[in-house]
Amino acid sequence: MANTALPRAKKDNKSLLRFITCGSVDDGKSTLIGRLLYETGQIYDDQFKTLQEETNKYGTTGKDIDFALLLDGLQSEREQGITIDVAYRYFSSEKRKYIIADTPGHEQYTRNMVTGASTANLAVVLIDARKGILDQTKRHSFISSLLGIKHIVLAVNKIDLIDYDKKIFDNIVKDFQNFSQDLNFETIKTFPISARYGDNITGLSKNVSWYEGSTMLEYLDNIDVDSDMEAQPLRFPVQAGVRPNHDFRGISGTLASGKLNINDTALIAKSNQKTKINRIISPNGETKKAVAGQALTLCLEDEIDISRGDILACSKFPPSIADQFRAKLIWFNDAPMIPGRSYILRTMTDETNATITKLQCQIDINDFSRKAAKELEINCIGVCNFSTQDKIVFDAYSDNKATGSFILIDRMTNDTVGAGLIEYPLWRSQNVQWQSLDIDKQARSIQKQQTPFVLWFTGLSGAGKSTVANLLEKKLNSIGKHTYLLDGDNVRHGLNRDLGFTEGDRVENIRRVSEVGKLMADAGLIVLISLISPFRSEREMAKSIFGENEFLEVFVDTPIEVCAKRDPKGLYKKAMDGEIKNFTGIDSPYENPENPDIHLAASENTPEDLVTKVEADLRKRKLL
Amino acid sequence: MPRKTPPKLTHLDFLESETIHIFREVAANFVNPVMLYSIGKDSSVLLHLAKKAFYPAKIPFPLLHIDTTWKFREMIIFRDKIPEKYDIEMLVYTNKDGTSKNINPFDHGSKYTYVMKTQALRQALDKNKFDAAIGGARRDEEKSRAKERIFSYRNKQHGWDPKNQKPEIWSIYNTHMQENESVRIFPLSNWTENDIWQYILRENIEIVPLYYAKERPIVARDDMMIMQDDDRLPLKKNEEVEMKSIRFRTLGCYPLTGAVESTADTIEKIVEEILKVKISERQGRLIDNNEKDSMEKKKREGYF
Repeated sequence: MANTALPRAKKDNKSLLRFITCGSVDDGKSTLIGRLLYETGQIYDDQFKTLQEETNKYGTTGKDIDFALLLDGLQSEREQGITIDVAYRYFSSEKRKYIIADTPGHEQYTRNMVTGASTANLAVVLIDARKGILDQTKRHSFISSLLGIKHIVLAVNKIDLIDYDKKIFDNIVKDFQNFSQDLNFETIKTFPISARYGDNITGLSKNVSWYEGSTMLEYLDNIDVDSDMEAQPLRFPVQAGVRPNHDFRGISGTLASGKLNINDTALIAKSNQKTKINRIISPNGETKKAVAGQALTLCLEDEIDISRGDILACSKFPPSIADQFRAKLIWFNDAPMIPGRSYILRTMTDETNATITKLQCQIDINDFSRKAAKELEINCIGVCNFSTQDKIVFDAYSDNKATGSFILIDRMTNDTVGAGLIEYPLWRSQNVQWQSLDIDKQARSIQKQQTPFVLWFTGLSGAGKSTVANLLEKKLNSIGKHTYLLDGDNVRHGLNRDLGFTEGDRVENIRRVSEVGKLMADAGLIVLISLISPFRSEREMAKSIFGENEFLEVFVDTPIEVCAKRDPKGLYKKAMDGEIKNFTGIDSPYENPENPDIHLAASENTPEDLVTKVEADLRKRKLL
Repeated sequence: MPRKTPPKLTHLDFLESETIHIFREVAANFVNPVMLYSIGKDSSVLLHLAKKAFYPAKIPFPLLHIDTTWKFREMIIFRDKIPEKYDIEMLVYTNKDGTSKNINPFDHGSKYTYVMKTQALRQALDKNKFDAAIGGARRDEEKSRAKERIFSYRNKQHGWDPKNQKPEIWSIYNTHMQENESVRIFPLSNWTENDIWQYILRENIEIVPLYYAKERPIVARDDMMIMQDDDRLPLKKNEEVEMKSIRFRTLGCYPLTGAVESTADTIEKIVEEILKVKISERQGRLIDNNEKDSMEKKKREGYF
């Protein structure tokens, strides 16, 4: 087979189309992409030679060129004949530049498909003509719909293997239209193709004589997929303030939707103030107007506080601003999502801490049905209520992908563990206003002549947390300090008596105790909290709600053998006998603090010595 | 189905704004970023876009050039003019350990690349405690690059783990990392070689004169044309230096970089030529042709 491809396109004013390909290697997905690249002249002679060599070595297509090998970029992929990760491919026609997100059909498909679909405005769904619509086809179509893709190209491949039978083709088309009725696709276009032999991809096929439409590439070249972001209300998420000197004060960012003209009035979402656009600097210099998609620097008329994370918006159609909202969440992490745990939530330019307050239900991606769930496993999709530490500015994802999306980041591993699509703000955040009070924390602490802070004692059951905390409180009381000791066991009799010992309940237990601790510190008290608190992420969450130097983590470090031997409440014995489940140190982990503020080697010292040590430390920190 | 109105933003406009957005994310999220400057055409485009991203402010990070001491002389002359032209600091780093052992491209092959490029880069990043390094690599360059993220995290040894990458969704970039990790950022990920040339043409970006065709002294070797840039190039038996009208499609260390015969002496002619060419860009680089997986292997070791 000689390389007789078309010359590459030379225009520099082409439009851009990003699409995703859905299907597995068996459906001929890689072959289709390879075919598109080949036919549009993106494959150079030396690459073609390599491909021929690799076909002989790893190929699965006999004498024909195995285009799939062109795409398997990693050594292990070529050896195993599988695709591991999302890959991006590029080709150009005379009219358009294309970016293909090529996602594996099986392994981690939800995560990879969501990644690919998030930046695509069209999906090419591959179907093996012999097999018709499979569960996989439904899953891929559902995820495309979920991520807001409006245009589907249904490529019914291997048409040669069904003898170009029109009846079979028509049935597949009908099946697809039936099941995808509720998926909100605006266009569905079907093509009878053979990726292996090139029928109807860039040239019309004589084999499919009954087919009267255009080629697939012709269609892709001409379809209008611009979801008209320009017609949407103005949204300009701010990336940074620009202040090179005293004369220039600007904000930079990318115009997510709408258009901008000089002298337009716009709303600064977080401060709810209006201002006027004085200057617009586009990549091509000073300009009078700008459109969605452009990276800009803007100068505003008023000297208003506006910084990264805020959104400059249309004042007639303002975005939501709230700290409680509902969103669909797609989970990527091996460790399941547990309501109550705190994560970093990141939007296009803003970031805050967030917890999932409620997992409403889980969505089954095979039949789109909803069912109750307590946790979200990897690659599952749920509907959740979110609560954020600070208010964020957003739209519904269905209105605006750029301002309606976020990712969740694990505090400890810094991995991206989830992707969120916002649905709507919850009424609470709009109706519960923050009441500002005249007597504040400072006034209360001046009256008490002390600096309020929180000492968080963590450690195994029986480590001596309560003993040390109790002794310390006595000591503080004797020198005239106002204190309160919150004990993990005691709160379970009242405030938290509805909670058990599952991971989810433990997280909620800690959240409540830290919030109570915060109120007490706000009241001017020195708060001692004694809780096993086995997970780093929850201790981090507790810490994150307090100010700097207001929260000290005290690790009461006693080896488990010592704790189990002491066993003051007889719990270790019960746990080892299997009478209690989820017992920390036995069948539930304890994650040691990595950098505790105060580290107490509790088995080697008397409680009195430990108290002296803590007291000395507090004095050194000028907290006493 | 004809379009109602022509698109307002072309593909080059889209790529330009995307790159600027990424630059601004880097500046807003990292403490001590640096931009790797290789003197090639992609670096020229990247620097041009960095200037646009922060205008009217200065580019808020320095440039770093890893000098193997075997670059073309014209590249070094070009490099040395950059700091003044862009009002930016240019750090130049050479692995002195390698030069003192006389590690060179003729005797040491892939070890040369490892010591003078990979190791040198790692040393320079560690020495200056850079937490983010911006580079001009593109996904269309090579198969394993096609699977790399725009924000590509590296372990303590600067190695890349292709099976353990953070998913990159929408244009929300996770810039959080572990204490001993670092990140390489590729703002030109979605550009192709064609896009780069068309953009150089559109924006009239200055590039090293070696990209333009001219009569130059060359030696035919291993199916490549090597330019005799200085007197350090040892001639083998039967090798002769001859003058030919040549240019370079990609630039690196002169003994490892193959020239192409060409008369394209303007950007317009180069673009014209690129559109017809049948050989990929990396074919002109000796280092990539040793093993099939060599780029992936080098990246796992900490190569850019």
